[in-house]
Amino acid sequence: MINKILKKRILIPGRVSELTIYAPHIAEKARPGNFAVLRLSEKGERIPLTIADRDPENGTIVIVYLVLGKTSALLDTHVEGDVILDLCGPLGKPTEIKKQGEVVCVGGGTGIAAMHHIAKGNFEAGNEVTSVIGARSKDLLLFKPELEKISSRVLIATDDGTVGHKGFVTEVLQKYLQNNSSVSEVVAVGPVPMMKAVAKVTAPFDVRTMVSLNSIMVDGIGMCGACRVSVGGEIRFACVDGPEFDASRVDFDELMTRLCAFRDQEMLSMELFKKSEAS
Amino acid sequence: MTTKRKAKIKPRIGMPLLDPLKRARIFSEVSLGYRAEDAVLEAKRCLQCKKPTCRKGCPVEVDCKSFIRMVAEENFREAFRVIKDTNSLPAICGRVCPQENQCEGTCKLRPTGQPIAIGRLERFVADNFYARTSCEEETGFMECLLPDENLKVAAFGSGPSSLTLAGFLAARGVKVTIFEALHEPGGVLVYGIPEFRLPKSVVKREVDSLKHLGVDFKCNFVGGMSVTVDDLFADGYKAVFIGVGAGLPKFMKLDGENLVGVYSANEYLTRVNLMHAYRFPEYDTPVPKGDKVVVIGGGNVAMDAARTAYRLGASSVRVIYRRTKGEMPARREELEHALDEGIELEILASPLSFAGDANGKLQKVTLQRMELGLPDASGRRRPVPVDGQTFELETDMAVMAVGTGANKVLTQTTPKLKLNNRGYIEVDPATGETSMPMVFAGGDIVTGAATVVQAMGAGRLAAKEILGRLKKS
Ligand SMILES: Cc1cc2nc3c(=O)[nH]c(=O)nc-3n(C[C@H](O)[C@H](O)[C@H](O)COP(=O)(O)OP(=O)(O)OC[C@H]3O[C@@H](n4cnc5c(N)ncnc54)[C@H](O)[C@@H]3O)c2cc1C
Ligand SMILES: Cc1cc2nc3c(=O)[nH]c(=O)nc-3n(C[C@H](O)[C@H](O)[C@H](O)COP(=O)(O)OP(=O)(O)OC[C@H]3O[C@@H](n4cnc5c(N)ncnc54)[C@H](O)[C@@H]3O)c2cc1C
Ligand code: SF4
Ligand code: SF4
Ligand code: FES
Repeated sequence: MINKILKKRILIPGRVSELTIYAPHIAEKARPGNFAVLRLSEKGERIPLTIADRDPENGTIVIVYLVLGKTSALLDTHVEGDVILDLCGPLGKPTEIKKQGEVVCVGGGTGIAAMHHIAKGNFEAGNEVTSVIGARSKDLLLFKPELEKISSRVLIATDDGTVGHKGFVTEVLQKYLQNNSSVSEVVAVGPVPMMKAVAKVTAPFDVRTMVSLNSIMVDGIGMCGACRVSVGGEIRFACVDGPEFDASRVDFDELMTRLCAFRDQEMLSMELFKKSEAS
Repeated sequence: MTTKRKAKIKPRIGMPLLDPLKRARIFSEVSLGYRAEDAVLEAKRCLQCKKPTCRKGCPVEVDCKSFIRMVAEENFREAFRVIKDTNSLPAICGRVCPQENQCEGTCKLRPTGQPIAIGRLERFVADNFYARTSCEEETGFMECLLPDENLKVAAFGSGPSSLTLAGFLAARGVKVTIFEALHEPGGVLVYGIPEFRLPKSVVKREVDSLKHLGVDFKCNFVGGMSVTVDDLFADGYKAVFIGVGAGLPKFMKLDGENLVGVYSANEYLTRVNLMHAYRFPEYDTPVPKGDKVVVIGGGNVAMDAARTAYRLGASSVRVIYRRTKGEMPARREELEHALDEGIELEILASPLSFAGDANGKLQKVTLQRMELGLPDASGRRRPVPVDGQTFELETDMAVMAVGTGANKVLTQTTPKLKLNNRGYIEVDPATGETSMPMVFAGGDIVTGAATVVQAMGAGRLAAKEILGRLKKS
């Protein structure tokens, strides 16, 4: 049945899980960089989630979500066999992937999952992939085994130093770029502060740097402008002009402000949800 | 018309309305519709002209004279059939057509200031006639052909153009599938026009009757992304109609336009209408709560946003328009209703910039005073800035209702479609066919933002052409 959850893999209990969903029309068309919009109930919100992988033969897509507020928490109550009410995709412009040599893919937190599809696309296009991933701690590193299969090397940073470099992915990235002048492109997906820092690190190296922006979305098909971001001083819609943009031109501070636009209401929703779950 | 005859013309029968004080803060429909006795009285005012001009003003050529006569004769069922002959969505058109520029604008009685209230009559007939079958609902006739599963036609988008096309073809035995990107069908009728003007139950009734006729609605399918034109032909569809609208909101490239607190009308209305955010937190989607609200623009969209903001509790709502009240493109009735409800106008003004606080939240707007200069291409006097005259308004929420552009999701992924320089799809005006054979288009994606009934006209034109070709082959 369409939109049925075939598999649920709990990656970090209560925080991050991966769902494999039967949606053949999306699986057939999805490319790295695409996302989907889902809605879970008649009273629910539409939220965008990146398509982290796809299997056109079996008609499935994979999404990985971080529990943040009401909708992601409600999604986390879903189990294998449940059906997602509305699932729309693929959306957004796919990553521009061409054969160009070495590509460094940087992922932070849940962003590693989204980055995985892009890394895989680059690998399949014949590029050499270097993955740089970071999280707070060793147990929070997602998709490491999957990335190891397609990357020439997987470099790791953790905040607490439980594995890899103790510190930020950007420090690892900087060092790598200093020692490897042959990198043709850097792609980064993760929290906005991380992407902003990546842009700063790559700027002196003159290497094309793309980031995937996660602005607030409503429709996801270019009709509301909620997702607008400033790129090179111009308004662009992340859902139809992006979500990937040239990092050197993105106004990250504006994006961070806009992501907080509904904080109070979001907290209220979450509180009410927790109460209703408890009772 | 002589002055003597003019003097004899009785005024239009008013339509009962909810009291402005009661309605200005709730989402119930404002206009209550004629009762049967009102309708008959109004219909009897019609001159039954030998050469009626009303019909020419209607983009889908409703035979106004005939249906009005039938209303006068209290033969409502027959009136319904006459309307349905050319108009598949009369309950909607009766409510939202800008009649003053269309049927009522060309009525012979127009010069008296008291044209026949054709829209109100049409709404009365559509609301009060209970079709016995969904076929009758669609066409006015009792029985339709069963759809032939091999005669498949697809439409992208489920706005009035596609709904009209689907109704026409389904009633004539064609299997129609509508692919809609959003989770609910109806297009602007559902995500844009608010409940207090067009109850969603009215739209639902139309969609349900199409379903009964065998039309399939596939929501959450994005044309060009989830399914392409080529996929459909490969799947055995004989023709494809593109009715994806002009939903891309425009901004003005002003400083501060991306502050928290500045929204496009589409975002604001979509949150409230499609996502039911006015019932947050019962519904999950949040909506900005504005207190001192400004709305930039002067059309229906601006009025809808302004009245919505007032209903959501704003203490003041000001519509900022660069020309004067007389030039506002909004439906007259809506403008009057808005003013009655307490919406204020700031005419001859245009925003220059927005400013916010340290947290990036909107605080004020700076406006440029305008005056009317010489007429422009549209024949309206062009607004020009008055040198040195700017002023500020305090505001915590601004809604931009300054127009929309072509929706590009489908067109940017369908390179074979010929577009004009503004991104709209080019069609043969006689058939609605695009540069791709057997691919048709209509509605706002061809004309740019227009009206419901014009979109319906385009759907009907393409449907007729498609039917003709399917019959031939
Ligand atoms: C293109 C894109 C791809 C994304 N991919 C992923 C992904 O693969 N995995 C993942 O965990 N998250 C992803 N996100 C973020 C995800 O959409 C939000 O975490 C989610 O909407 C939060 O909803 P909530 O109700 O759980 O939390 P809320 O409490 O509603 O919000 C928490 C925070 O999430 C953001 N947010 C809220 N509503 C939306 C919305 N409608 N659209 C976008 N952001 C919103 C805001 O910054 C908000 O402060 C993506 C976002 C975008 C735009
Ligand atoms: C707020 C507002 C108020 C208005 N008030 C009036 C009024 O009072 N009177 C009047 O006559 N007109 C009014 N209009 C204009 C009128 O609504 C439009 O002219 C009319 O709806 C256009 O119809 P359409 O068939 O072109 O499609 P639309 O109604 O624009 O619908 C297009 C549909 O296509 C879907 N879509 C987009 N891209 C894709 C894709 N790639 N694949 C699948 N589906 C897709 C959209 O989600 C949407 O549902 C108003 C418009 C707005 C926004
Ligand atoms: S469809 Fe609109 S323009 Fe035509 S007669 Fe009806 S109300 Fe008038
Ligand atoms: S033009 Fe006016 S008065 Fe004449 S038939 Fe039409 S509606 Fe009646
Ligand atoms: S999410 Fe509405 S325009 Fe991008």
